[in-house]
Amino acid sequence: MKFNFGFFKSLTVGSLLATSVFADTELTVYTAVEAEDLSRYAAKFNESHPDIKINWVRDSTGIITAKLLAEKNNPQADVVWGLAGTSLLLLKSEGMLEPYAPAGVEKLDSKFVDGDNPPAWVGMDAWVAAVCYNTVEAGKAGLTPPTSWKDLTDAQYAGHLIMPNPNSSGTGFLDVSSWLQLFGEEGGWEYMDALHENIARYTHSGSKPCKLAAAGEIPIGISFAFRGAKSKAAGAPLDIIVPSEGVGWDMEATAIVAGTSKLEAAQKLVDFSVTKEANEMYNQGYAVVAYPGVAKPVEHFPEGLIEAMIPNDFEFAANNRARILKEWQSRYDGKSDPK
Amino acid sequence: MNSANIGNTVVKPKGLVKAKLSRDDIIMRGGMIVIALYLVISLVFPLYSMFSKSFSTFQYDLSKFEVQISDDAGQFSPEIASLQNLNKDLKAITDEELSTGSGGRLGVTIFFPDFSFRSPVMYRIRNVDGQGRFLVGSKLMTGTDWQELDSNTFRRVQLRPVRSTGLSNFINYFSTPALFKSIQNSIFIAIISTVITVILAFWFAYALNRSCMRFKGFFRLIAMAPILVPSLLPGIALVYLFGAQGVIKGLLFGASIYGPIGIIIGSVFFTFPHAFLIISTALAISDARLYEAAISLKASAWKTFWTVTIPGARYGIISAAFVVFNLVITDFGLPKVIGGQFNVLAVDIYKQVIGQQNFEMGAVVSVVLIIPAILAFAIDRVVQSKQVALLTARSVPFNPKPSSRADIIFTIYCGLVGLFIIGMLGICQFAALIKFWPYDLSLSLNNYQFDKMDGGGWGAYYNSIKMALLTALIGTCVIFFGAYLVEKSSGFKTGRAIFQMFAMLPMAIPGMVLGLAYIFFFNNPENPLHIVYGTMAILVICTVTHFYTVSHLTAVTALKQMDSEFESVSASLKQPTFKLFSRVTVPVCLPAILDIAIYLFVNAMTTVSAVVFLYSPKTSLASIAVLNMDDAGDIAPAAAMGMMIFYTNIFARVIHLILSKGVLRRTQAWRSSN
Amino acid sequence: MEGIKDPQSSYLSIKNLWKSFGSFTALKDVSLDIKEGEFVCFLGPSGCGKTTLLRAIAGLDLQTSGAVVQGGKDISNFPASERDYGIVFQSYALFPNLTIEKNIAFGLENTGRSKSEINERVSELLDLIGLPEQGPKYPAQLSGGQQQRIALARAIASGPGLLLLDEPLSALDAKVRVYLRHEIKTLQQKLGVTTIMVTHDQEEALSMADRIVVMNEGKVEQIGTPNEVYCKPETLFVADFIGEMTQFRGTISGKSLVKIGNTELNMVEHRFSQGREVSITIRPEDIIPLGAKLPAKSGKNVFSAQLVEMEFLGSFWRCKLKSDEFPEALVTADFSVNAVRRLAIEPNQILWIELPSESILAFDVQAA
Repeated sequence: MKFNFGFFKSLTVGSLLATSVFADTELTVYTAVEAEDLSRYAAKFNESHPDIKINWVRDSTGIITAKLLAEKNNPQADVVWGLAGTSLLLLKSEGMLEPYAPAGVEKLDSKFVDGDNPPAWVGMDAWVAAVCYNTVEAGKAGLTPPTSWKDLTDAQYAGHLIMPNPNSSGTGFLDVSSWLQLFGEEGGWEYMDALHENIARYTHSGSKPCKLAAAGEIPIGISFAFRGAKSKAAGAPLDIIVPSEGVGWDMEATAIVAGTSKLEAAQKLVDFSVTKEANEMYNQGYAVVAYPGVAKPVEHFPEGLIEAMIPNDFEFAANNRARILKEWQSRYDGKSDPK
Repeated sequence: MNSANIGNTVVKPKGLVKAKLSRDDIIMRGGMIVIALYLVISLVFPLYSMFSKSFSTFQYDLSKFEVQISDDAGQFSPEIASLQNLNKDLKAITDEELSTGSGGRLGVTIFFPDFSFRSPVMYRIRNVDGQGRFLVGSKLMTGTDWQELDSNTFRRVQLRPVRSTGLSNFINYFSTPALFKSIQNSIFIAIISTVITVILAFWFAYALNRSCMRFKGFFRLIAMAPILVPSLLPGIALVYLFGAQGVIKGLLFGASIYGPIGIIIGSVFFTFPHAFLIISTALAISDARLYEAAISLKASAWKTFWTVTIPGARYGIISAAFVVFNLVITDFGLPKVIGGQFNVLAVDIYKQVIGQQNFEMGAVVSVVLIIPAILAFAIDRVVQSKQVALLTARSVPFNPKPSSRADIIFTIYCGLVGLFIIGMLGICQFAALIKFWPYDLSLSLNNYQFDKMDGGGWGAYYNSIKMALLTALIGTCVIFFGAYLVEKSSGFKTGRAIFQMFAMLPMAIPGMVLGLAYIFFFNNPENPLHIVYGTMAILVICTVTHFYTVSHLTAVTALKQMDSEFESVSASLKQPTFKLFSRVTVPVCLPAILDIAIYLFVNAMTTVSAVVFLYSPKTSLASIAVLNMDDAGDIAPAAAMGMMIFYTNIFARVIHLILSKGVLRRTQAWRSSN
Repeated sequence: MEGIKDPQSSYLSIKNLWKSFGSFTALKDVSLDIKEGEFVCFLGPSGCGKTTLLRAIAGLDLQTSGAVVQGGKDISNFPASERDYGIVFQSYALFPNLTIEKNIAFGLENTGRSKSEINERVSELLDLIGLPEQGPKYPAQLSGGQQQRIALARAIASGPGLLLLDEPLSALDAKVRVYLRHEIKTLQQKLGVTTIMVTHDQEEALSMADRIVVMNEGKVEQIGTPNEVYCKPETLFVADFIGEMTQFRGTISGKSLVKIGNTELNMVEHRFSQGREVSITIRPEDIIPLGAKLPAKSGKNVFSAQLVEMEFLGSFWRCKLKSDEFPEALVTADFSVNAVRRLAIEPNQILWIELPSESILAFDVQAA
């Protein structure tokens, strides 16, 4: 649209000048990390950097990605912290990320660091798909526990299955892209066609299927292991199942948004994100972290999950994302959980 | 001395008199221009941005890319080919497929049938001018320099689309069955909900106005309760009532609450007070003389009902129907929570924008949604103006006579409706206090630990109160002052007519559409007003604008009841209009002003649709928190937050009542004295 | 009070005023002069433009063209707040949430008067309008007539040079109306304030005004004293609008003769030429009943007629008479109760009547 904004400019110059200068730096950080973990990270970071205040913008992966893309020409965020690797690749391809090699980046597992030099993003941890299985409700419905992805297409699960919509959930997309990688392009869609027959509905967020399973709204939710472990710890009658074919995963990664006016503070936060102590904190919720040798077993985490992680092709996922989502929408969108 | 003009001599007027404006005239016109400007910026410009966005399309412009290919030895031939020419011969991609979304990517290897990533052939690719864009892997290339790539890298080249203008978004929309189905779905649930709500509300209003049943005041209060909660809340209540673990799911006989059934039950709940209010007003003004006539003609009760009652209330019923239709078709919260796989237009906007980052398609769905909304709104306006005409007729108020049988039936009926409303709210409060539904039914306040959930925590709740107070304060001032200027200033006819039109427009614009339009307008870096983006200010501006029309009409109605000569008298007494405004107009209109304030407050507390695109971390709202917590699967905390909104609104209404009764008793002493 | 105080010169001059609303012309070239201290009524049927004229004088709805000069000052384009007048509306327009005192004091504030001066002036005005105890009450607690007097007090509180009254009495019932006529007139004379009153009630205008401006279709038909407009109407409209009359079509047949059908009537000298078609009028109360027998010494214009209808209106009888001499219309005549009793007039009786020649007026024929 073409407005003549000159008039407004003159109106608002005054108020711009009036904006007071903060004594502290405030960083606006967009994140898809679970809300309950954010205050821990901020507290730890502020131990060494009390002058930098973090304002979290927390939403699901899809929404945060949408927000960032929408704000492409007028970025509101200074740092993206803990967003799906596929989303960061997408942002990188829009030229939205400021390359920066944080101090100590060389210590990280190289598959967690962007290949470019300096890297556009650095990984923090990985989250891994899993199936949340409510033993109580499954028992009532007379279901047998599935052991593989293929099992889930069995007729006994019809209407007892919920998964996230890949169009809005990062978890949903990593499921879909892992199936396409595991079963091949054609086999992947065939698998999803069969799975679709059993799905009760698709949810908007990736954690909701597991929470719904935990609450007994549905016996089986395709979600991710971390969420399942938490719900189980909260007392839900859940089993966390690792399908035998292997599971998709995505990393959470951090990057600086190009054009930020607070580059120095942003770099400090990214420096913090690759430290050992930060990685130790990631480990409280994630079995896999970027800093080698840090990971300790997480309570209720299923066995053999790390071994089941497939070799993920992030570039395939990022560059084919639009195409995959369009295809997915045209095939299954009638059953998507509206948001 | 008699200068009577007896003859027919035609004297032409000469020298037109140009009014000299008084200081008051200038101030009032200035004020009106300022408020009109506010409406232009907060409504007209954003909508214009949205319309233009819906015509903004993305195309792969193949003519913008040039390639060169080498032989096996890596020697490039001098021939430069544009991808457009290659496609002309190959037909690798149709013109239709060239149109895409803003996130579209097109692998370049489809233009090279002999391509093999193992071959030693080298490729060069470049943008013809600054407009082309392509990716190598995930690196964005915008320059016009040649990029020399081996085959293995060349397969990672993806073309990016460029922006253009056209109808292809609309063509795309109507050819996507999943999206097109939403129109049908939206209209379907809107019609069914409208029919049920209007029938239920009619008998409820009939019972309260035309019977001698007891507890009328109580039932009236109950009927208004749904207005105090966000439309998401009935959805959450239905999950607990009829979901897989619902307490009375047996009543559905195995049908799923996730889908049209849930949307319709929830819609009936949240639109009930609106329909009830309108129909109740219509029934209250019916003329007793007609009933006396019917009795004298020995007409049966049934015949009287159809020939007197229904025609008398028909405008109210029609108006209620269109208001309900509009509310349902534009609502987003309820289908989001309980809609299951049943897609509707308002949710589509959200999914297109948030889920797929397809802002252009979001704008297209918005345009589609505006059409039924504007239509319903226009019909309602016409009908309401006729209702007013009925009101002015001289009629004798109808006084119902006791009839024990009918009164008992009506009491039972109202009791059932009341139970439905209380039950929906009660289950939410109950679920909010349960530790882990359905496996641990012990009571706990865990679900009130909002800070551990998504959505903004307790901060969101306090933000909501702040936002609602600001909206009530600023909105009431702006809207009442605007209505005063347009009603009471003299001359300046065209200006006033345009202002009136602007003031009526917001009601026809669904909240989702307004919110989306705000993104397009305010989140534009060229717009200096983008500094309000992400602040509390934009939420207040958006909410004031969203609820402008009803408040404006309330103010206008109150102002019309004032003597139109007050301004003339004041001017003849050489007193500034401002003095009249503060000493007379505001005190006399205080009841209406308080009504506007409470209306804005309650709606600001419950609104979701308009602000869902506009909140930021610092300005998350309680209603948004309900949405996000539900979305993350934290349904019980969502219910808890929803009930916090309910109690806050009740508290606000009590304050409003005390103000109306207490403060008004003093300032309105002149009313009762007679 | 401002302005030049010279009873001979005009205090308010309206010059060639035009006012149009779109294609409708509400005022057509209206001009008039009002003297200092005069009480002038604008009289006419609804829609004649009298209120439009008043509002133009007040500056509430500005004229399209033409000038308004008040006290020697051209105020043609002045906004209302810069003019010097007080106004009373039909609706009273009292501020409902202010007490009577506050209403009257409204225009006294911000004029450099002290609080005690204002209070003094308010109680003086309350005394003047005869409502000394009502100050602390609200308007809704008073009767319509009382409210109208408050509105009057408010309008004259600051001593304006001009008082404008827009149908001030028409919302009141008949008795109060008659009483207030007298009150207002007395007050106006006491204060000597130049006053313009708009009314559609001819009785009101005749009883209160020094001069009456009769208006019709946006034009001034006649300006004159009540006696002039009643007895010497200058146009058929004025004759028709003020008082009752019977109207005939006639032809001028002499210097003071007019022919209706075959009957020749004597009348006073007129300005019409021989053979001219004219409208002839006579007021009902001017017709003299002579009784069933023709008296010995009867004057001119004496005819016999049949009394076809009699209606008792309290102080007189309204009679419809049918005469062979004037076949085109029934003649309306008002006979006093006294005369009817004395002459034993009864319905259907044949009666002799006299049409006094000085009561017969001739006008231009107007299109119906």
